[in-house]
Amino acid sequence: MTQSHRISGGQVDRTKTVRFTFDGIPYQGHPGDTLASALLANGVRLMGRSFKYHRPRGPISSGSEEPNALVELRTGGRQEPNTRATVVELFEGLDARSQNRWPSLRFDAMGINDRFSTFFAAGFYYKTFMWPKSFWEKIYEPIIRRAAGLGSVTRQEDPDEYDKGFLHCDLLVIGAGPAGLMAALTAGRAGKRVILADEDFRLGGRLNAETHAVGQASGADWAVAAVAELAAMPNVRLMTRTTVMGAFDHGIYGAVERVSDHLPVPAKGKPRQVLWRIYAGKAILAGGATERPIAFENNDRPGVMLAGALRAYANRWGVKAGERVAVFTNNDDGLRTATDLMARGVDVVAVIDSREGGELIPGVRHLRGAEVIDSSGKLGLKTITVRQSNGKTEDIRVDALGVSGGWNPNVNVHSHHRSRPVYDAGIAAFVPGEDGPPGLSVTGAAAGVLSTHGALRTGRDAAMAALGLTGAAPDLPEAEDAPVRVSPLWFVHHGKGRAWIDQQNDVTVKDVKLAHKENFTSVEHLKRYTTLGMATDQGKTGNVLGLAVMAELTGRSIPETGTTIYRPPYTPVAMGTLAGRSRGKEFKPFRLTPSHHWAKEQGAVFVEVGNWLRTQWVPKAGETEWRQSVDREVLATRKSVGICDVTTLGKIDIQGTDAGEFLNRVYANTFSTLAVGKCRYGLMLREDGIVFDDGTTARMGENEYVMTTTTANAVTVFRHLEFCRQVLWPEMDVQLISTTEAWAQFSVAGPNARKLLEKVVDQDISDASFPYMGAANITVCGGLRARLFRISFSGELAYEIAVPTRYGDALLREMLARGAEFDPIVYGTEALGVMRIEKGHVAGGELNGQSTALNMGLGKMVSKKKDSIGMVLSQREGMVQEDGYRLVGVKPVDPKAALTAGSHFLEKGAAAVAANDGGWLTSKVYSPHLGCDIALGYLKGGDKKIGQRMRIVNLLAGLDTEVEIISPHMFDPEGERLRG
Amino acid sequence: MIIHHPILGPRDAQEFVYLGDASLMDRPDGMTAGIEEFHEYLYQRGNPAGEHRELWYHEQGDRSWLVVTRNTVTHEITKVELARDVARAKGRSK
Repeated sequence: MTQSHRISGGQVDRTKTVRFTFDGIPYQGHPGDTLASALLANGVRLMGRSFKYHRPRGPISSGSEEPNALVELRTGGRQEPNTRATVVELFEGLDARSQNRWPSLRFDAMGINDRFSTFFAAGFYYKTFMWPKSFWEKIYEPIIRRAAGLGSVTRQEDPDEYDKGFLHCDLLVIGAGPAGLMAALTAGRAGKRVILADEDFRLGGRLNAETHAVGQASGADWAVAAVAELAAMPNVRLMTRTTVMGAFDHGIYGAVERVSDHLPVPAKGKPRQVLWRIYAGKAILAGGATERPIAFENNDRPGVMLAGALRAYANRWGVKAGERVAVFTNNDDGLRTATDLMARGVDVVAVIDSREGGELIPGVRHLRGAEVIDSSGKLGLKTITVRQSNGKTEDIRVDALGVSGGWNPNVNVHSHHRSRPVYDAGIAAFVPGEDGPPGLSVTGAAAGVLSTHGALRTGRDAAMAALGLTGAAPDLPEAEDAPVRVSPLWFVHHGKGRAWIDQQNDVTVKDVKLAHKENFTSVEHLKRYTTLGMATDQGKTGNVLGLAVMAELTGRSIPETGTTIYRPPYTPVAMGTLAGRSRGKEFKPFRLTPSHHWAKEQGAVFVEVGNWLRTQWVPKAGETEWRQSVDREVLATRKSVGICDVTTLGKIDIQGTDAGEFLNRVYANTFSTLAVGKCRYGLMLREDGIVFDDGTTARMGENEYVMTTTTANAVTVFRHLEFCRQVLWPEMDVQLISTTEAWAQFSVAGPNARKLLEKVVDQDISDASFPYMGAANITVCGGLRARLFRISFSGELAYEIAVPTRYGDALLREMLARGAEFDPIVYGTEALGVMRIEKGHVAGGELNGQSTALNMGLGKMVSKKKDSIGMVLSQREGMVQEDGYRLVGVKPVDPKAALTAGSHFLEKGAAAVAANDGGWLTSKVYSPHLGCDIALGYLKGGDKKIGQRMRIVNLLAGLDTEVEIISPHMFDPEGERLRG
Repeated sequence: MIIHHPILGPRDAQEFVYLGDASLMDRPDGMTAGIEEFHEYLYQRGNPAGEHRELWYHEQGDRSWLVVTRNTVTHEITKVELARDVARAKGRSK
């Protein structure tokens, strides 16, 4: 296929050819092309269908503001919808497809929507689909969503990697046009650390699209030289293909670098995109300006473009958008398009200038005081209708029209902290207002300074001021300094047809009129009622136009009407980029226990507990069902000995002369009386009197304690203790350190626990020398330092033994080998749960953040003889009710009946309604010792109901069974075994 | 956001955990104060649109509790102190 619309000049590399396809048709372009420029070079104008009406559309711009030319790229896992053809860098083999059309772009069946456009005007959905209400979700919305839409997402996983990075600089320069380059040069030459970021793959900004000279060279060549100078500076980082997408607090900017989007697949080891967090001492916004259209009837046909874009395609890419071109402008800049195109030999058939005065362009038909009032051409522009100053109308045959309504400064990033842009009548546009992000200054066209000289000057001056540079300012190269001459014209008054304002969301002048008629006249209402500016382009080309139309309708001035503001991101950011590496399991990596490798060798089943991966049970050969393994582990432990990895419990070393008193304050029960070499169960409350956590704390020395916390609360308890120590009692002599990761800890439980431990412990641990609740620093296996606690969660004779983490695996293997004669087993969290419930110990289901010590049957532990966190508020009226919830044990009358946690207590004969609810089951297991399901639960007045029969009801599970309320201490209630 | 830690210098806010109003340091003595006083302490808060003193914890850092004076409207941080110093200055002791 020949590139029929390629003309001379531009910055594409004509020595190389790049092949690509669009909707399956092969085309050719050159390196340096965008998809849009390459398609235009091949005479393709039709690139998409509009959102609501499915109107044929082509690109109107040459940059990231593009509302129309949205295409889908690539296939499979790399398929990407809604990319703008105007910024997609062409690469060999690029596979691009149009979207939101069926069956084809040229014939789109949904184009029927356009015929019924009166039904789809603003507010249509709100008014029409009100009834019946139930139809909305199931019928209306799916149909509307199918009809009005963008591209489709692939259901496959994205094979590419995305990264995050952090950068620091003295000065961040956003945009590498003349203002940004000059700012970076000024700061770079002064030795400052500079980051210069630009969304384009070629730095230079508008200089690449213009023919102005800068100094002795063309603007584009001056940019090349400036970039080369900056690239040679070690203190300057140039970031092409990098969009600064948002200004955040305290000089932090977010930027997306498209590392590999311009390649078929990323190079090995390279990410597709990187999300940078840039910490900038100061920042300069040099983001340029965006041209806005003038609304007239049927102004959305492929071929109707912004005048500056038409010029950019010719100057930068060597592409003429049409064979016969016209320009429609209200300002001098639009005239440049005509002169530039003529200079390149493009046939400019007319310049339609809405102004009466101004200079005449020689050599072209220049109609002054004229307006374009309509256009025709089904799939692309064929003629425009022009109304001349004398009122006569005339059809002119053209296939491209450049429209210029003036330039809007890109204030976006400056308004990310809610700074309102202010209207500058001199350029008929909004410029940055007060109270922008601290440390951010705005230069060049973004500040409303629209000449090249002005851009260079303000760029330099802003850098000098931002960095407080005092030396001589760099000389500026000579450049054009033409004044802005614009006579505002927002929309052409003519006829009843539709004139587009926001092409991406299909918002027309009519819609704004309707909003006005229905009194949605504030800009914020206008935006939401019509969806003006709410598409993925955030209304970069349409917003100002829309509010200007509203201003005219209401008779208010534009400043009175005001403007909406922008939010990050500046341009759309892919979800994968925001996620970065936090994807799949890397979102939340597992923490592995010291016994993990051993357990894996045994084929253990694991369970996620917080961030930890713990052994749930360890199946033996022949066990086909989990209960077989768990029952065996429980029975074997209670019969002989079992070992469980409890490393995940939080461990906190607490030292200092006030450590005992500190524990008195943070635990509800008394700790100051704990003897050296002893442990005690501790109950920790929140200040509101609810139970926070529990665990054992051992006194290892005069001023030295070791606290354990539950696995789930290890972090929050430590944080709380630091709060108490630093903020509540700052003069206490207490030091804390978390040692959770430092010690591997195993529970060794069962009648033979001591005998097994004697095989590894170097010291005497007989009952006499190491009694129940003892704690000591010991050694194992001939000298390895260790800690031993005689505590029990299972109700058995039990110990917890801790060694430095790196010896955890070895200790487990040693215990199993040396104690082989006792047939030790390793049990997981399920057996742990069975044994603690048999014993009536509270855990997750009971420590639910809503329960008091009294609820748990531990009310007497809360000492009122001392101040402790939560003591006072635990005595509130509502928390000490006689008939409040109490922890009870539950077993079914029929031993075969199954219980379900979460089921509710009901009196016999009571209806299963909330008013009769007596409480609920918090935890349930099968007890191999009792031969039936057992449960713990909170029952109203439960302490007075022991021995009674009630019902357990679960309407969801179809459960309604009679149970006996029993003591929560269901196994060995006297505690004879653990003292054995 | 960046919090200028009095010991460690500028740190990203992601390293910190937020607790809330700095008045949480004014805990009454449980041996003398009653339920009413504790209720006031724990539940009653100002909600200013403007300057706010609040407690932040440098969890991914040196574990200091800080009192950060921050404007809730602009996010401007005007003062950062070690909470322990503030507590001591208020006469809190053991």
